[in-house]
Amino acid sequence: MITLYFERFRRNRLAIAGMAVIIFLAFLAIFAARIAPHDPIIQNLTQRLSPPSARHWLGTDDLGRDVLSRLIFGTRVSLSVGFVAVGISLIIGTTLGLIAGFFGKWIDTIIMRLVDVMLSIPTLFLILAVLAFLGPNIYNVMAIIGLTAWPGLARLVRGECLSVRERDYIQAARLAGISNFRILWVHIFPNVIAPVLVSATLGVGGAVLTESALSFLGLGVQPPMPSWGNILSIGRDYLHIAWWLSLFPACAILITVLSFNLLGEGLRDVLDPRS
Amino acid sequence: MLNIEHLSVEYYRRGKTIPAVRDVSLTLAPGETLGLVGESGSGKSTLALAILRLIAPNEGRITCGKIIFGESNLLCLKDSAMRQIRGRDISMIFQDPFTALNPVMRVRDQMAEVLEAHGIRPPVAADVGSDPLVNSLRQVQLDPERVLEAYPHLLSGGQRQRVLIAMSLLTRPKLLLADEPTTALDVLVQKDILDLLFRLQRELGMAMLFISHNLGLVANYTQRIAVMKEGRLVEEGETQTLFRQPRDSYTKELIEALPAMTRGIR
Amino acid sequence: MVLLEARNICKTFPIEGGIFRRRIGTVQALKDVSISIQKGETLALVGGSGCGKSTFARILAGLITADSGDLIWEGMSLERYSRRERAKRVQMIFQDPFASLNPKLSVGTQLGEVLHSSSSAAALLQTVGLEAEAAGHYPFQFSGGQRQRIAIARALAPQPELLIADEPLSALDVTIQSHILRLFKKLKSDYNLTILFITHDLAVAEEFADRVAVIENGCLVEEGSAREILSEPKHTYTQALLRAVPKLP
Repeated sequence: MITLYFERFRRNRLAIAGMAVIIFLAFLAIFAARIAPHDPIIQNLTQRLSPPSARHWLGTDDLGRDVLSRLIFGTRVSLSVGFVAVGISLIIGTTLGLIAGFFGKWIDTIIMRLVDVMLSIPTLFLILAVLAFLGPNIYNVMAIIGLTAWPGLARLVRGECLSVRERDYIQAARLAGISNFRILWVHIFPNVIAPVLVSATLGVGGAVLTESALSFLGLGVQPPMPSWGNILSIGRDYLHIAWWLSLFPACAILITVLSFNLLGEGLRDVLDPRS
Repeated sequence: MLNIEHLSVEYYRRGKTIPAVRDVSLTLAPGETLGLVGESGSGKSTLALAILRLIAPNEGRITCGKIIFGESNLLCLKDSAMRQIRGRDISMIFQDPFTALNPVMRVRDQMAEVLEAHGIRPPVAADVGSDPLVNSLRQVQLDPERVLEAYPHLLSGGQRQRVLIAMSLLTRPKLLLADEPTTALDVLVQKDILDLLFRLQRELGMAMLFISHNLGLVANYTQRIAVMKEGRLVEEGETQTLFRQPRDSYTKELIEALPAMTRGIR
Repeated sequence: MVLLEARNICKTFPIEGGIFRRRIGTVQALKDVSISIQKGETLALVGGSGCGKSTFARILAGLITADSGDLIWEGMSLERYSRRERAKRVQMIFQDPFASLNPKLSVGTQLGEVLHSSSSAAALLQTVGLEAEAAGHYPFQFSGGQRQRIAIARALAPQPELLIADEPLSALDVTIQSHILRLFKKLKSDYNLTILFITHDLAVAEEFADRVAVIENGCLVEEGSAREILSEPKHTYTQALLRAVPKLP
């Protein structure tokens, strides 16, 4: 089964490219300390705002810090927020979606009304309000992005679960006397995860974008910890004299989100039951 | 009127080519009925699709042979000429009536589309007496008033298949390909549909290729039978002769697999 | 001895229509149907599509609840039994072999879920005419006939007394039908099964059944031994079913 998926995946060049970039980014994030040419935090005021050169490949920022090194360390922030936030939304969303879809009746009603309420609150305002209240830091950002993303996933899982639940092989499992929990986890879950996986992969890209936006606004990761968003924020003030402070973080965000999108699309083609 | 000479078709699957039809030759005279029998995967449906050149280029191709219809070799025709023949001179009914109709169009619109595609104008609504859609539905024993305005999901499987039969006969084709038209239906509906289909065939003087996996069913309706196994034609002949004296062991196997009631033994 | 008795089973389904999916009517799938199944017999339940036979099968299996009526198993109400206990008594085989197996689990895993011991999965597969290695494969690697064999193996795993087969041959080619029917006959005698065989084809019923019950539009219209029903059908519906069987010229 896995080998079949692998083969299909291999044929999609763009998805492989996306996957390769993500692996590369993960590599950068893990080995940042060894790879980055300069320290990302130590200031060097004599080198302020210098353009890309042999010494500083991507230039320096307003406090003389090497942009390339800060971007490399920023990978840690982006990837960890992306994965943790989506992880949170996956766990909560999948669990509640499965329960709502399988058991139906009043449990379904309660969970889905909760989902409806949460989906009608403007996400951005909710996030901003919570972060302003709790104080901005990377952990709060991870949590709040995850907590605003789970309702969409829950609805998706519930829908899939509703259709899988009626299929003959699930009826056969009920007939065999298998417990409800086991049916949910062993029999229904594997048939439901395909669209969820695709949605989650695309969601990582979305989470990266959201974190960047929050950090840009000053409500996300706080300096001196480097995040692509807060580097962009500095760049805004110096746009006319230090274009490199805006261009390179923007490229980093673009490439990362694009890679997750390509991977997500590739997964969709691989997991599509039609083929 | 239909002369298939040494036809071979292959499919592409996961990088490999799989032969589906191997060197099959068949003839069909005008107004004649031929039953094509075989198990799933024997190539019988592929043969029908090949006649109408409905095999997509990325799915497979016809590797050799000729399909002579009337005077021309269908395999040599240009696409525009083929489109004239497909649906007009040669029609096809597929197996699954539940997916063969467009669920978001009313029956009337789907049928009118067939006429339009072949340049036959459906009359204005005022001229009810000679509305070809109404007449064709009556021919298949459906109530035109109810059915024409309905969406497919409101009709039963048997009703849908009748609509499909009506649609395929709208253009008065010379040849009808029926690919397992009753396999998805129960025995009662099956008998009604097939009785209807073959009655219309006789009335219209149409030639028919009736494809099925059920030899017993085919025996009741067709003049000749051809048996296919794994892409090859293993036996062919007049229906009565085939059953009284089957020559090929596979044909005998198929006959023996039929239920006792069908074979009339006990 | 009566194994399972269904008394006065009624079932209606609501029809929902319109944008708001309101109830606009009801369909009566089963009207006061009473049937008893004797231990050790093969009873064929025959009727056209939409007559209610599949609904009846699912009610007997416990997958749907009837609106009214009783199910009595060896003298006791079936509701007294828990789902697991019921599983050891009644099992079912479904019509569509392409939908009755979980596409994401291997055959061995699916059988193991019901067997509670993976070693006998291989043996079970062999009793239904498949090789032991089949356990490692996935459903999509098998043909319709083979999948139906796997479904039969799964149904036999809990060693039920009553096997309900809901049109198990309808989706298969005629040649495969005869093989699967032969398998049913063999398993019936090997395992001493009582079988409720649902079909729309009287020819199949004749091959296999001891008794036949005919359902039309949710009502039981005729019932009797296979020989009686097939040689002298009394009800017009039964006669129509008999006429519909293809016969060689």
